[in-house]
Amino acid sequence: MEFTLLIPALPLLCFLFLGLAGHKLCPRAAGLVGTLSMALSTALAWATACIYFFATPHAGGYEQIVPMATDWLCFSQRLVISVGVLLDPISVMMLVVITTVSLMVHIYSLGYMEGERGFQRYYAFLSLFSFSMLGLVVAPNIFQMYIFWELVGVSSYLLIGFYYTKPSAVAASKKAFIVTRFADLGFLVGILVLSYYTGTFDLGALTADKGSLVIASTAGASFMGLSVASWAMALIFMGGAGKSAMFPLHIWLPDAMEGPTPVSALIHAATMVVAGVYLVARLFPVYVFAAPDVLQMIGYIGAFTALFAAVIAVTQTDIKRVLAFSTISQIAYMMTALGVSGYGAQEGPGYMASMFHLFTHAFFKALLFLGAGAVIHAVHSNEMAEMGSLRKYMPVTNIVFLIACLAIAGIPPFSGFFSKDEILAAAFEHDKLLFGVLWVVAGLTAFYMFRLYYNIFWGRERQYHHKPHEASWMMLAPLVVLAVLTCVTGFIPFADFVSSDGAPLHTHIEWPIALSGIAVALVGIFAATLLYRRGGDLPDRIAARLGGFYRATSRKFYMDELWMFVTKKIIFRLISTPIAWFDKHVIDGTMDAIGLSAHRSSSAIKGLQSGKVQFYAWIFVVGALVIAIWQLFF
Amino acid sequence: MIPMHYYLILSAALFFVGVYGFIARKNLLAVLISVELVLNAVEINFCVFNRYLYPQQMEGMFFSLFGIAIAAAETAVAIAIIMNIYRNLQNIDVRHIDSLKH
Repeated sequence: MEFTLLIPALPLLCFLFLGLAGHKLCPRAAGLVGTLSMALSTALAWATACIYFFATPHAGGYEQIVPMATDWLCFSQRLVISVGVLLDPISVMMLVVITTVSLMVHIYSLGYMEGERGFQRYYAFLSLFSFSMLGLVVAPNIFQMYIFWELVGVSSYLLIGFYYTKPSAVAASKKAFIVTRFADLGFLVGILVLSYYTGTFDLGALTADKGSLVIASTAGASFMGLSVASWAMALIFMGGAGKSAMFPLHIWLPDAMEGPTPVSALIHAATMVVAGVYLVARLFPVYVFAAPDVLQMIGYIGAFTALFAAVIAVTQTDIKRVLAFSTISQIAYMMTALGVSGYGAQEGPGYMASMFHLFTHAFFKALLFLGAGAVIHAVHSNEMAEMGSLRKYMPVTNIVFLIACLAIAGIPPFSGFFSKDEILAAAFEHDKLLFGVLWVVAGLTAFYMFRLYYNIFWGRERQYHHKPHEASWMMLAPLVVLAVLTCVTGFIPFADFVSSDGAPLHTHIEWPIALSGIAVALVGIFAATLLYRRGGDLPDRIAARLGGFYRATSRKFYMDELWMFVTKKIIFRLISTPIAWFDKHVIDGTMDAIGLSAHRSSSAIKGLQSGKVQFYAWIFVVGALVIAIWQLFF
Repeated sequence: MIPMHYYLILSAALFFVGVYGFIARKNLLAVLISVELVLNAVEINFCVFNRYLYPQQMEGMFFSLFGIAIAAAETAVAIAIIMNIYRNLQNIDVRHIDSLKH
């Protein structure tokens, strides 16, 4: 299995090649190089999955295997940072998801980004992102994970700010970087606390044997009333919450939609934003056994975020922002599923459901974004108000978009139904309150997705400057492939492959819960149909009736303003400004005073250096006389 | 025997004449001659102190001889410098030789 190293290595080589020599190639050649290397990676990832799940003998469960690892930094006998590849069910699943979606995005971008300035740069950054994300999921130790975690952050920054001449894109990329970086600070501190107590970075050692290493090494240690294990895991979750846009760190994701749409599909829908979920799943035994209170908190944060984002999504008018909030909501679904999960065969369906939803969501959300990209490409706008009746012009996009909407709404037989049902069932077993929240969110999801769908493809005919056209085959092919995947991935017996302890899980569809989920989704769809299919003014009148609540929702509950208040008014004014004053006036002042005194004294005495030899002699003689007289008489 | 302070007064007068010339004269050659006056005043002192204080010994005399030799060498170097200055500046007025200041 050593060839798995090539899966991240190929995009890295491709990045180096395109980054150094890309501008010498013609744009299409650069795109083809990127796409071909990604295709190779994809083939290798699928081969890895086949070998891992079907060709490796496994009795009663899938083991973690580390086909490649070398020591990179040796701090002490025990504290060694290695880099390598770790394969277990979730990392193999992530390899397949990332490479497949990335390949689709590479192909799609050939059409979508055609004629853009910096086409080669775009492909170089896509390769960099793919490399970082693949390196993140195969990391066998938490420090390698952290390194790649930062690398995906930086490549996300580069791609959001791809249109760097647009001030809003630059602001959005900075916001994304700073917010996630702030969260990563927690992640780093968490890692250091954890490794200080356990003396290892190795994920296998940390999670082995129900996290007993963490429990044993942090036993008895507590800080401010919370155990050290809880602190460490909560701080690590902070990093995950930043990347996965959990409330209140979600503010960067809607703005990140300033990037090119295929980038949103790849990074901000399918792969990078689920890194937080993946991180919690990676350390799942530690969460369950060493920090159950944190896991509980993750469940509640997830449920709140899911509801919060779903409510906001209902009022947004920018189609990419609707999808962004829907992404936040769906990722929060996965987080909640982890929060309600236990370990092992009986208590652990939430873990499986979370990973299953991650898997299916990646495909249908990438499909939604790429479909939205095709629409934006056709009408040159993100605003719903400038779309309508596009089904006549874009029949294929219409159908695949509808499939994705049905999938995310949880209508059988599309993939979203199966994973969402598992999550609802797991939540129902664990906590009725969380189940209730998720159930409402399921209805809201169906409503806002169909609001989006009807506003784009139905509703009123608009005045178009030029007639919208169906996308080129290079953009349609990935859409069709993803639509097919959306239709079939739900039927994968996921529980046989992925479970919290590696052993196959026996699940069946909980029909009462499934039916209630379908019912609430249908209600949502029905309401959306009623309100938006014909494109009347009824929605506006309802919005006017709701008044302040509607305004607050469409302004995203003033979270951006709140953050601006906290950072600008409180942190900048009360902390940064005095520190800046101290730096400017005391520290710089001291330095300036030293320089100034040298300058002043030299300009005062420089008149002595006249260049007149006889003047020097005069001073010398007078000085000598003075000394002589002083010697004689005193 | 002439009293010692006669010599010393002569030597002091010679010294200050030299110092005055060094400070006051503008011609570099005159400045150089003034330096020689100062040196000669010192050499007179050597001889006088040797003769009056240690009549059996000759070190002071020898020191004067050394001083004369060194003054000759120094004059050779100084005149060479003055000639070069004249070639470069067409001038040997000390007031104008200040270009190294800048």
